[in-house]
Amino acid sequence: MRIPCPFCGPRDLSEFAYLGDAAPVRPAETSDATAVFDYVYLRANPAGPHRERWYHASGCRLWLTVTRDTRTHEVLFAEEAAP
Amino acid sequence: MSVGPYRLPTGGAIDRAQALSFRFDGTSLTGFAGDTLASALLANGHRVVGRSFKYHRPRGVLTAGPEEPNALVELRSGARREPNTKATTAELFDGLEAASQNRWPSLRFDIGAAARLAGSAASAGFYYKTFMWPAAFWEKVYEPAIRRAAGLGRASGVEDPDTYEKAFAFCDVLVIGGGPAGLIAALTAGRSGARVILCDEDFVLGGRLNAERTEIDGQPAAIWAAAIATELEALPNVRVMRRTAVVGVYDGGTYAALERVADHLLEPPFGQPRQRFWRIVAKTAVLATGAVERPIVFGGNDKPGVMMAGAVRTYLNRFSVAPGRRVAFFANNDDAWTTAADLRAAGVDLVAVIDSRAEVADHIRAKAGNARVELSAAVADAKGGYGLTSLQIATPKGRIALDADALAVSGGWNPQLGLATHLGGKPQWSERHAAFLLPADLPAGLTVAGAANGMMTTAEALADGAAKGATAADAAGFTAAPAPLPRASDESFAVAPLWQVAASRTKAFVDFQNDVTASDLALSVREGFTSVEHLKRYTTLGMATDQGRTSNVNGLAMLAALTGRGIAETGATRARPPERPVAFGALAGLHRGKHLKPTRLTPSHRWAASEGAVFIEAGPWLRAQWYPRPGEKTWLDSVSREAAAVRSAVGICDVSTLGKIALFGRDVGAFLDRVYCNTFSTLPVGKLRYGLMLREDGFVMDDGTTARLSENEWVMSTTTANAAKVMHHLELARQVLWPQLDVRLASVTEQWAQFAIAGPNARALLERLLGDVSDEVVPYLAARIFDLGGIPARLFRVSFSGERAYEIAVPAQYGDALAHELMWAGEGLGVTPYGTEALGVLRIEKGHVAGNELNGQTTARDLGLGKMMSAKKDYIGRVMAARPALIDPDRPMLAGFRAVDPTKRPRAGAHFLKIGAPETPENDEGYLTSVAFSPALNRWIGLGFIKRGPERVGERIRAYDRMQGGDLELEICAPVFVDPEGTRVHG
Ligand SMILES: [Zn+2]
Repeated sequence: MRIPCPFCGPRDLSEFAYLGDAAPVRPAETSDATAVFDYVYLRANPAGPHRERWYHASGCRLWLTVTRDTRTHEVLFAEEAAP
Repeated sequence: MSVGPYRLPTGGAIDRAQALSFRFDGTSLTGFAGDTLASALLANGHRVVGRSFKYHRPRGVLTAGPEEPNALVELRSGARREPNTKATTAELFDGLEAASQNRWPSLRFDIGAAARLAGSAASAGFYYKTFMWPAAFWEKVYEPAIRRAAGLGRASGVEDPDTYEKAFAFCDVLVIGGGPAGLIAALTAGRSGARVILCDEDFVLGGRLNAERTEIDGQPAAIWAAAIATELEALPNVRVMRRTAVVGVYDGGTYAALERVADHLLEPPFGQPRQRFWRIVAKTAVLATGAVERPIVFGGNDKPGVMMAGAVRTYLNRFSVAPGRRVAFFANNDDAWTTAADLRAAGVDLVAVIDSRAEVADHIRAKAGNARVELSAAVADAKGGYGLTSLQIATPKGRIALDADALAVSGGWNPQLGLATHLGGKPQWSERHAAFLLPADLPAGLTVAGAANGMMTTAEALADGAAKGATAADAAGFTAAPAPLPRASDESFAVAPLWQVAASRTKAFVDFQNDVTASDLALSVREGFTSVEHLKRYTTLGMATDQGRTSNVNGLAMLAALTGRGIAETGATRARPPERPVAFGALAGLHRGKHLKPTRLTPSHRWAASEGAVFIEAGPWLRAQWYPRPGEKTWLDSVSREAAAVRSAVGICDVSTLGKIALFGRDVGAFLDRVYCNTFSTLPVGKLRYGLMLREDGFVMDDGTTARLSENEWVMSTTTANAAKVMHHLELARQVLWPQLDVRLASVTEQWAQFAIAGPNARALLERLLGDVSDEVVPYLAARIFDLGGIPARLFRVSFSGERAYEIAVPAQYGDALAHELMWAGEGLGVTPYGTEALGVLRIEKGHVAGNELNGQTTARDLGLGKMMSAKKDYIGRVMAARPALIDPDRPMLAGFRAVDPTKRPRAGAHFLKIGAPETPENDEGYLTSVAFSPALNRWIGLGFIKRGPERVGERIRAYDRMQGGDLELEICAPVFVDPEGTRVHG
């Protein structure tokens, strides 16, 4: 598997660290435990395209949002995670 | 020198001028350059080359390629001995040594077979049924018995002296297989200018063209193949990789390949590996792996002398070896009759042609010449004690006997599609081919050409290869025209399926390598294992190192017949990488032993070594653990001396391995407020603060100090183990969570060498180097930059030991010099280098938590640091840390422990029980995390977590450790053992 880093170009999987689902958004300052619980623990596990966080640890150190097909590992898209 | 009794006088692609001597089971033999071990053994009349796995039956060479199930040998000797090597792919070299397997004491006389030890104990499901109970019997009884009776080859048992490499390659078009389709595909793509890699596992390109008498463009096919190979090698954009098998297909056009660099040499040349494991990235690929002939299941079909018809042609035409003196053949298809023609052309006595079909076209039949032909017939049983001597043939007129010492068999050809299914495609059954053809869903970028694609004739394969080569080059962005097609034949491959001969009376083998018989399959179906994947596991069909290349299709066709389902419905088992056996050595490459990962040394490593340090691995680092001095008998003597020196004089300790992260920007304070649970935005320039970092789930992730060097420049320290993890975490927080904050990060762990200077004389020592470091200039928790002989030195007033202490950091290149300077400055002050053990003793005496306590399961509150969690701001982990279970007053909390008998050593990991309570999980009260012998208290002490710890000071409990045999009484105490008032840090 290779990831097309928007800064470095297509690079081998071994240069990246994986975090997981990119969908959860950290709730703004809140004490709503349910919202934070969902943010910390609740994850979709789709068979198919999945937006997820990858870190180019042995490269430019950008956090990326990578759209990957979980069935084939096909990387459909990679972009900077920074909004 | 004998050329071997079965070597034909002329012909073949061997170099008769270059004789090679080799040894098999201790006997000296001669072959020629261009031979495989199998062809050389056959030429010398060695028909039996091994014993079978379960029944210890004598076995001979069945095939001429990597699908070989029988002819497995131990190759080489000593440390290079390699078991289960296929003689059919082992290239002969001068001085080769090989030994047969699965026999004792000799190949000719094998006790296992003589005693029929395995005979009753090897039917389907044998392992499952026999060795169920009791479990304890496995180690002592079952396994040794199985190993003695049915062992495979022996590993050398000593370290492999050779090296293995891993390498990467990139191309536009990868062509897998160098037969007719692969050669012309590579030529087509190569001529278009595409970067082409052609991988072929043989040492001569051409595939089956080297094994046939067929002609291409009016010349022998092997000559045509050699000419194409020459042209390909002359193209600068084409790389030809011989002896290289593609073994795996992965996503994104990634292919794994094993190059056998020096397997054909006595020893690898200087500087060369034995094998090289390639990762090839290709835009497109053409799979041209050809087809493999399958046997027919009949009684005694494993007798030495029974050989695949295609292999007989290979040995005749490529290696110039006759399979026997009196050869018969048994087939169900037209292609196999070519063997009859080739045998006659080579002058070998063809005794009979047996075809299961009722009708064979005249022009095919003509290939047998005047030999006896039996149609609608089948070989029912092959006979012979130590090799084939006669055949029992079932004909419409009844059973007839025939003398023969070799039998060529062909049940048809299976396209080799394993690589096409690695990503999940399912091969589809073709009635016309009586074989599985390529799956509908091929891996992206991969096309299949030639016999692998069901194009079974030479002309078809060439046309398909040229077309697919052009398609692949076009898809990779080039404009290719298919190479002009040479004239080639369109031999008939008509086939009528025949899997098993019903008239057989003796053991009929489906899987030769795992000794799976036709009756095993029947038994498996009777017992309900009717799915193809169940059958495979229950009988071990296809699970040997040949991966069932010669057995899988027969097995599942027989399963289909037994269950009354069609073959298409029965389906094939899933092929998985690797397509060929790959040695662990090749997968590991150079990452072996200490080369698995880099060893990181601190800048003053040599100084520590010169001080006699004993080193310990700390993550990737080597750190000084203690420094033994003359007269010290145990590590404890050294560690206690070092710790006492810190309390009484001054010690220096290398802390360079701690993670260091530089933070820049206007909003670093606000950023730190969010990543630490305590507040940092209020920290003035020139000060530092201890910080505790939580995970979002509320548990502690890491701790350390962060100093503010100037308005917008900060430096954070992390634990040694978590340095990289914290960096990832902070980058995520900066880039994704709070991109609006002005913060930049850089890891500077390697840029700074850092020492702790601790003890009552620390100030005096430093003043010899830096001048005034009194409390007025460097108060507690100050961070200052000094000029040390023109070098910027950072001085941090922190203490992990409870003594007056500093940490000094200089650019890494001065780390070694600094260590020497500190020792010089400490002369007369009792300066003592101390290692990680004394560091641990000192921090345990002060109740400071470290890695043992920050174990990912503890909260700030558990650690007694609950007050650090700010109520005035949001931070990572704030909400989840307040979950009811994490604030349960019954949670184990940090406490100190001391052994009631001060000479007794408790063990970290021991669990706490109330005195008198039974040792059950329900009675578990917590656990001991850190233990040290305290020289200050002259007794063993520890830190740990126990339910309501702070409320139970003075109570005695039991530390129970069944693993290490410990069972001690401890007294709970406050976690700070030394100087609880905290005055010494200012002393
Ligand atoms: Zn990058």
